[in-house]
This record gives sequence, C-alpha cells and structure tokens, in this order.
Amino acid sequence: MATDPLNQRHTLSVIVDNEPGVLARVIGLFSGRGYNIESLTVAEIDHRAHNSRITLVTSGTPQVIDQIQAQLGRLIPVHRVIDITLETPGIEREMALVKIAGTADQRSKALVQAQSFGAELIDTTDTSYIFEVADAPGKIDTFIELLVPLGFVEVSRTGVAAITRGAEAM
Amino acid sequence: MDHERELTMSKTNMADNKTEEMTGSEMVLRAMKDHGVKHIFGYPGGAVLPIYDTLFQDNEVAHVLVRHEQGATHAAEGYARSTGKPGVALVTSGPGATNAVTGLTDALMDSVPLVVISGQVPRHLIGNDAFQECDTVGITRPCTKHNWLVRDINDLARVLHEAFYIATTGRPGPVVVDIPKDIQFLKGPYRPPGHIRHRTYRPKLDPDQAAIEDAVKMMTAAKRPVFYTGGGIINSGPEASRLLRELVEITGFPITSTLMGLGAYPASGPSWLGPLGMHGTYEANLSTNRCDLLICLGARFDDRVTGRVDAFSPHSKKIHLDIDPAQINKNIRIDLPIIGDATRALRAIINEWQKTNAKTDAKQLNAWWKQITQWRSKNSLSFTNSDTIIKPQYAIDRLYELTKGREIYITTEVGQHQMWAMQRFKFEEPNHWMTSGGLGTMGYGLPAAVGVQMAHPNALVVDIAGEASVQMTMQEMSTAVQHNLPIKIFIINNKYMGMVRQWQQLLHGGRYSHSYSEALPDFVKLAQAFGAIGLRAEKPDELDAKIQEMIDVKRPVVFDCVVDPHENCYPMIPSGAAHDEMILSDSEADPEVSEAGKVLV
Repeated sequence: MATDPLNQRHTLSVIVDNEPGVLARVIGLFSGRGYNIESLTVAEIDHRAHNSRITLVTSGTPQVIDQIQAQLGRLIPVHRVIDITLETPGIEREMALVKIAGTADQRSKALVQAQSFGAELIDTTDTSYIFEVADAPGKIDTFIELLVPLGFVEVSRTGVAAITRGAEAM
Repeated sequence: MDHERELTMSKTNMADNKTEEMTGSEMVLRAMKDHGVKHIFGYPGGAVLPIYDTLFQDNEVAHVLVRHEQGATHAAEGYARSTGKPGVALVTSGPGATNAVTGLTDALMDSVPLVVISGQVPRHLIGNDAFQECDTVGITRPCTKHNWLVRDINDLARVLHEAFYIATTGRPGPVVVDIPKDIQFLKGPYRPPGHIRHRTYRPKLDPDQAAIEDAVKMMTAAKRPVFYTGGGIINSGPEASRLLRELVEITGFPITSTLMGLGAYPASGPSWLGPLGMHGTYEANLSTNRCDLLICLGARFDDRVTGRVDAFSPHSKKIHLDIDPAQINKNIRIDLPIIGDATRALRAIINEWQKTNAKTDAKQLNAWWKQITQWRSKNSLSFTNSDTIIKPQYAIDRLYELTKGREIYITTEVGQHQMWAMQRFKFEEPNHWMTSGGLGTMGYGLPAAVGVQMAHPNALVVDIAGEASVQMTMQEMSTAVQHNLPIKIFIINNKYMGMVRQWQQLLHGGRYSHSYSEALPDFVKLAQAFGAIGLRAEKPDELDAKIQEMIDVKRPVVFDCVVDPHENCYPMIPSGAAHDEMILSDSEADPEVSEAGKVLV
C-alpha cells in the first residue's frame, strides 16, 4: 500500500448491465488509462434485471479517484458508481480458503488461531485441512501470516465485497 | 459474466409501431433510412456480402466505394463534421475491421459521430480462427464510444437504433455494430426507431442553474477574462456558434479557440485572438497566461493547448463547460464546472446575463484590451516572404485570398501545413474545417475531403496537405475520380516530414533522421494516372494563376505546390514550456528544452 498520504486506497461499487463484454470494458479502462486494480469481484445481483455489481479496490490521489469514477460513468452499460470508502464508511468483507499441511502440534496451534478468527474447518484429509474465513481483508492477511509457520500451503481469496451502511441502497 | 443471453428485454422503449419481418441485411438498410442516412462509405468482402446484395437492390442509399477501409472511416468523419449528421461506414470482417481502427480512434479523440457496420464470420465459426476472423468488438472496444456483437437476430433492430442514438447524442463518438454473416441472412422482427430512453445511457444536457448564476457573477467580476472555446461548440450545432457570438458581443470579452473549434467565432470578428496552444498566436497564448478568468467552453485542456500544466494560466479562476463530466479536473483544476450541452448552457448564460442586467467592469476590460492590442502588434504570424521560392505561409495566404467568398471547406493532413492552415486560413462559419486534432492522423485529409464533397457536391473542397501525409491515403484519389468528386489536394511539398524535421532541428541537434523523402512520386503524373488533373507551381509568380486553374476545373486536382523545404512553423511553445516562453522566429530558435520536455511528444 502506498505511503503517500495523497495516494489512498478506495473501494468502488459499480452497478452495470450484465451484458457481454462489460467486464472487459471496465478492466480495459483501468489498463488503458494506467489505473491500479488491487482487487476486483463481480457477480450478478439481480437475475431478472440482469444487473451485476462490480467491487473494485484501487488506489490513487483524490483527483485520480475522481477521474476513475467519471471515466467509469462514461461506459455505456454502467448504471451507477459510488466510492464506498467515502460513504459513512462502508463495510468490506472478503472470503478466503486456506490450505494447511502441518504436524499434529502445528495443527492444534492452527485450530486455536482459527477459532479466534472465526474460521471454519471445512475439509480434512490425513495430511491436510482447509479453513474457510470471511473477514475484513486486513484480518485475512493477519490470519495467513499466523498460519505460515504452521504448515500453510496456499490460499484462494475472493476479493472484496463491499456495501454501504444505513438504510439506503447505493 | 460474458454469457450469451436469449432474447433480451427491450432496453430502449421503441414506439410500438407495426413490426415488420425482414432479413438482418434488410434491417441494416432500413435502419439507415429510418435514421436519415443518404450516403455510406464502404468496401465489400465475404462477411458483408448479404448487406451488399441488399444494397444492390436499393436505390435510396448511395454507396461510395473507397480503396481502403481507413479511407471509409475518414470519409465518414469528413461527412459527419461538415453536416452535423452521423457518418456511416460499412466494412467486412477481419482486415476490413482492423483497417477501420485508425478512423475509429480518430473519431473517438475528436468526438465525431460515426456508425460503422462490420461483417463477422458466422456465429458457429466465431472463436475458430476462421478465414478473415478477428475479435472486432475486442479490438475496437477501446476506440469506440460503444460497440456490439449481435448474436441474435431479435436484438439487431434495437442495437442498430441504439448505435445511432449513442453515436449522435451526448459527447458524440464512433460506434461499431459487428454482425455475423448468418445473422444477416436470418429473418426477424424490425421495429422502427421510437422515443429512446436508454436503461443506463442518459447524457446530462441541461446545466445546473446555480452554476450558470455563479458563472455570470464571475464574468461580471472579471478584470482580464478570456473565452477559450473548442470542438464542443461545433458539435453542439450551429445554434451554439450563434449563441457564442452573441455572448462574446454582449460581454466584449476576447476569445481564442482550439484547433477543433475554429469557425465557431468568425476569424473576422473584433474579439478574435486567433488559436491558442503550441502553434497559437502570441496574443492568444499571452492572454491565456495572464487572464484572471478563463472561460472554457467545449474544450478539454489538451496538452497541445496547455503546454506545461503547472504554468498554464496560473493566475486565473477557471470555468469549464463540457458535456462530458470526465473532462472536468482531468488536466487542470477547475473552479466552476458546468455539465451540459453547449447550446443550452450558452442560452442559459445569456438569459441569466440579461435577466440580472449584468455589466462588465468596463474600465478594467478596456485596460485588458489595450494590453492585448500591444501583444497583437507583435504580429506573431508574420514571415519573411521571397521572390524566388514559394513560402508555405504565402501559398496558404494566396489560397485563402483566391477562394474567399466561396462556399469552401478545408480539410488537412497532419504536420506543419496543418498548423499553417490553422493559423492563416480564416474561418467564418462552423463545420467548414475538418482536421485530425486529437489523434493527429496523417492521411486524414484526402479521404475526409471525399466525404465532405459527397455531402456538399457544389462546394469547393480543398485538402491542404503535406507530401508525406498525402501518400498515406493517396489511393482514395481513385474514389474521387470514380464518384466524380472534384476535390482539390493542395500539397505543400517541402520534401520533408516538416514537423518531424522541425523538431529534429530544435530538439535533436539537426540530425534529420529519416525525415527526408528521398524518392517522391511526380504528383502531376500521379494525378494523371488516377485520371485526375495534376498541377504544379514552383515559383511565387506562377502561384495565383495555377491556384485559379485548380479552382476553375470541375474535376479532382492534385496540386504540387513546391515550397521552401527549410521553413519552420512559428510561433511555437517548445514542449515542456509555458505559454509565455514562445519562440517567434528562427532567430530566437535556440530553445532551452529541458530533458523532461524532450520526453514529451
């Protein structure tokens, strides 16, 4: 993460028409104009209206973040763009599946860590096991760091899903 | 995400007129007619044969056969910019589509409404690396305002109507509709276009009244104001130019324009400062630099205008009117943004001005004009003429004088000749000046002239060209001859890529790396080979008679105007410099270009 105080991390929510090529338009905009994508998640959220919600984590100066929002707004299939980071502030969560292959001693230590992070044990074999954890992205980073000496093998993360607080929709 | 959908719900509310059954090809032609298309520019090929077959049996839409698809897109651009209507091109799959990419990008950069229809291999071959297959929507995604691959005949009519709507509304731009060959044969329902309310695309046209009121307040308080206007005024339609003239008159403020905006305010108008930017006039650039209020109307603070951004108009408050919110604060910090269509915003400003009985600060404005008059007296466009060799500036001056008063449209290629044309040709009306500004496409002017002439058969259409640029799309002379389009290609022939040579002289120690054309064609013989007229002028005293001959002949002409090969285009703001660091002539041309400046283009 950038340390420049003007270069800040922002989470954007983009509601789009789920039409062919819409994700390519969004990604192409970021690569073509030289913006960062730190995380991107997408799924259809309204199957009848064919609307999808894209959650993007990016970083930049306030001017760059404004430009990103304006440029996203120019894409024809985009309904709305909001900056979750500036809204009241928003809630961000990410899910991760973490694979561990450790000794019995490491295993019991890992289970203690898992319990404190609310991670669930969802699969075990003779030599390995898998945790499922859903939390703020920074917490997941910490969880993984703690598992590294305890037989950590690999992780699969979903990227950030985010939503604003309060009664209103975005 | 990119899954195929069955018949989609209607995204636009089309009028529920009676639906007609027809083939995809027939829909393409019918939609063109329903959108008022009279001319299309195209080139046939395997994947558009059904559409060409429909075209063969039709006698309402005229087809102009170009010699290369780039020519089709530039011709469509010239057509669009000289009429205000969308330009339409028809190209085949694969190379037809990839050849159109330069014109699409050019139109995107300069906000030109184009509707390009491309053929695609039949659906069952898509993704198979079929003959003349390419991922057209993938390739053209970043160089269009929007594009579609039509996978269902039931979507075709809607997509065609959306295509015209999106190309021509809001900030105009190019769109591509890619139609697989089997879809062109299939029958499906066609409904004519109705009132469109798009699900997601709703450009904001009406400006906020509060912003208009603030703008008028800032204008009445200004001591050293300048209007800086651009292509947005032209794109908004002739009424925007009329309102701009009215606003300039009631305020008495000076006005400069970008390359794209020439003609919105007449060059003969009393408040005209000439164009601004890298090769703009001394008075336009100094006014922009020293003003206390910069009123930008339909321009986008392009790097060719601003020079060094941190030194651009450093002491001014800035008002920025644009239809595209993404232009606000993109390059330059704006104090008062106004989002909306130029015609509506200008009308609102004039109404507010009159309603509040607004007054300018006459004393301060007088002093400001006095200062501007002093800058003007530098006569920054002057040059030293010659009796023995044609100076390029002189050639353009004579072309202007000898065509004055006629209905004349000018297109250009890209380079020194383009900048001299911008500086010296005096435009009195919008839509009479077609040039590649944003992309800077050498080869634009000749095919653009074809498109302009098609739209204005009785007008004089002149491409002020360079001998290097014109060779990039020279084959379109054949198109002009075939369609009896009497375009005039006025080549300022200095044997160099003049602007490249000028930069090499100023920035690269006079090392003229590959900017000299060792072997040029004989343009007179080349014209004759095409079936056009070839003329050549080599001495100043023969220029007028030859230009007159060019004007009088009702056939396409290639005019080889042999000029001084070493003339540079001034004034010039060297890259990385500020507006008050202009070079005015060769004698001052030892610019201290910083290393950072050299990196800039």
